[in-house]
Amino acid sequence: MAQYIFRRILASIPVLFGILVVTFIIARVIPGDPCRAILGEKATQEICDRFIQIHGLDRPIHEQLFVYMGEVLRGDFGESIRFSLPVTRLLIERLPTTVELSLAALMVSLFVGIPLGIISAVKHNSWIDVLTMVWANTGVSMPVFWLGLMLAYVFSLLLKDTPFWLPPSGRISPGIPNDPFYKVWDLTLPESGLLLATYQFVGRLNILNALLTSNWELLKDAIKHLILPALALGTIPMALIARMARSAMLDVLGQDYIRTARAKGLRQRVVVMKHAFRNALLPLVTIIGLSLGSLLGGAVLTETVFGLSGVGRTLYEAITARDYGIVQAFTVVIAVFFVIINLLVDLSYSYLDPRIRLE
Amino acid sequence: MTNAENDIKSLNAEGISLKSVSLWQITWRRLFRRLSALVGMTILGILVFIALTAHWIAPYAYDDVLIGKEDVKARQAPCIHMFGCPKDQPQHIAGIDGNVRDEFSRLLYGARLSLMVGFSTVTFAIIIGTVLGAIAGYVGGWLDNLIMRFMDVLLAFPSLLLAIAIVTVLGPGLINALLAIGIVSIPAYARVVRASVLSVREMEYVSATRALGGDSFQILFRRIMPNALTPLIVQGTLGIASAILDAAALSFLGLGAQPPLPEWGSMLGAERNQVFTAPHLVFLPGIAIALTVLSFNLLGDGLRDALDPRLAHVS
Repeated sequence: MAQYIFRRILASIPVLFGILVVTFIIARVIPGDPCRAILGEKATQEICDRFIQIHGLDRPIHEQLFVYMGEVLRGDFGESIRFSLPVTRLLIERLPTTVELSLAALMVSLFVGIPLGIISAVKHNSWIDVLTMVWANTGVSMPVFWLGLMLAYVFSLLLKDTPFWLPPSGRISPGIPNDPFYKVWDLTLPESGLLLATYQFVGRLNILNALLTSNWELLKDAIKHLILPALALGTIPMALIARMARSAMLDVLGQDYIRTARAKGLRQRVVVMKHAFRNALLPLVTIIGLSLGSLLGGAVLTETVFGLSGVGRTLYEAITARDYGIVQAFTVVIAVFFVIINLLVDLSYSYLDPRIRLE
Repeated sequence: MTNAENDIKSLNAEGISLKSVSLWQITWRRLFRRLSALVGMTILGILVFIALTAHWIAPYAYDDVLIGKEDVKARQAPCIHMFGCPKDQPQHIAGIDGNVRDEFSRLLYGARLSLMVGFSTVTFAIIIGTVLGAIAGYVGGWLDNLIMRFMDVLLAFPSLLLAIAIVTVLGPGLINALLAIGIVSIPAYARVVRASVLSVREMEYVSATRALGGDSFQILFRRIMPNALTPLIVQGTLGIASAILDAAALSFLGLGAQPPLPEWGSMLGAERNQVFTAPHLVFLPGIAIALTVLSFNLLGDGLRDALDPRLAHVS
């Protein structure tokens, strides 16, 4: 097992290397002058020359690539030209928004999609099955940004003076105390390094931070802000998962061992959950892994619609503003995330089905 | 009379037809028996009809600004005479957009763009993907490795972000957005084709063609590729759905179709801040996108089931 993981990580190095090179090239061939994109159209030639020299943009492209590779290996992603801040700091600032959003969307899709799929398989061809399939087909066809806007319209405007009102944008309401846990607990912060980054990262995960500091007001507010974006982002994966859960369950429920289990007199719930569902999990895990990947693409749109400064929106803005540092760093983080998810999915296969040996 | 002819005669007498039925005929029959596929084909048929006849059935041109021509205001709500809108007001069944144009006409013209986007990107991606996948699978070795690892790299990015990056390189615009979405969807087709090629490359009938002196080109395109056709058709139909969604997303972000083109995504994006005051300008283009995507999804699912030999007993 350990050997397999090690080999898989080794095998992903060429792909990661390719990703580094591709992002570097994409970032460099984006036309337009980074100096004038950042400093404005009126920047003089003199200022621009100095700007280019400071950021090392005058060196040959392969040299820039090597310098960049070296920095990435040392965990240093350089500076954002636009914000004049270390990219790592921006990442710590913006990643929590996206992580929280994606996890919430994933929960929506799992906790709604899987039960729907199981029920419609067990009650095959009933009205609930038909309804689920109609919903699943509609769900995968809706544009994320449209769904987000419509949800905002319904829950923020139409239901304005009802208890169902939900905020249309942002992560928390102004005036809600959101002191990070390390401040509440009076922890002394380390000067720098991974521990500090972890502290700050966790401190910005509003819901986790609210739980750590027993800040119920913040918890309620953060959850209220999270519902609409999570619903918008989670609907497509929810529909995909419901569909896959249904067809996987239908496959399994037709097997002989299910009939045997029923003939033994086992209760319906045991048959469905223990005998059938466990065996239907394999294709389901694959589709969950794939949807996790697509969540990040959807995050760009969801974050734009709901005014959240997360990774997706920052990356989109950085691409259009030619902010090389952010583009390179954020893409690498996303790609590493993809590689890890794929690894986890493959590892879970052998856990779910012991007949699968990882070689 | 030979025995075989006798057999056929007796079978015919029992009412069993031995007329040969091609795979496509079977597929058609199965497709027509599925309600979801029928719904998909109906919606698609209507959309194609609208796209072909938009310039006849649309009451206005898509770029017809009505200032000074009619007594209407920007972002006016829909006015339908049948539902109680006063008769003295001009009828605009989908309302007026932010630039005082008839929204309904723009929605109709939009069908053209969306269908064009879907078909052209997927055709592009299928052609390039097929060539790459076929070469990778047929030649094998380091070339296979090189091509497929490059595809892996492309797949490692969320497709929308990669498309955004490509559009930024090429410059915003409908054609560049199409190109970007086409490039992003290549890996899916390359993988499908490569897998089919690998599965039949060593088959005996391929060896037989080789032994008979067939050249590589003939083997690849006459013997191997027909096997990849089925998964390609299914993947392609579903691919059109996601291409339309991605193109709408790019246009929504302002990177795709530029005004005054009536692209549904850009119509929606242009009015997204007005969702609270003029919801019809956001609601209707979104419904149009969803219906189009839905029709391709339903058709794709139906095709997959109809072409799946394991489901033969269903027909």
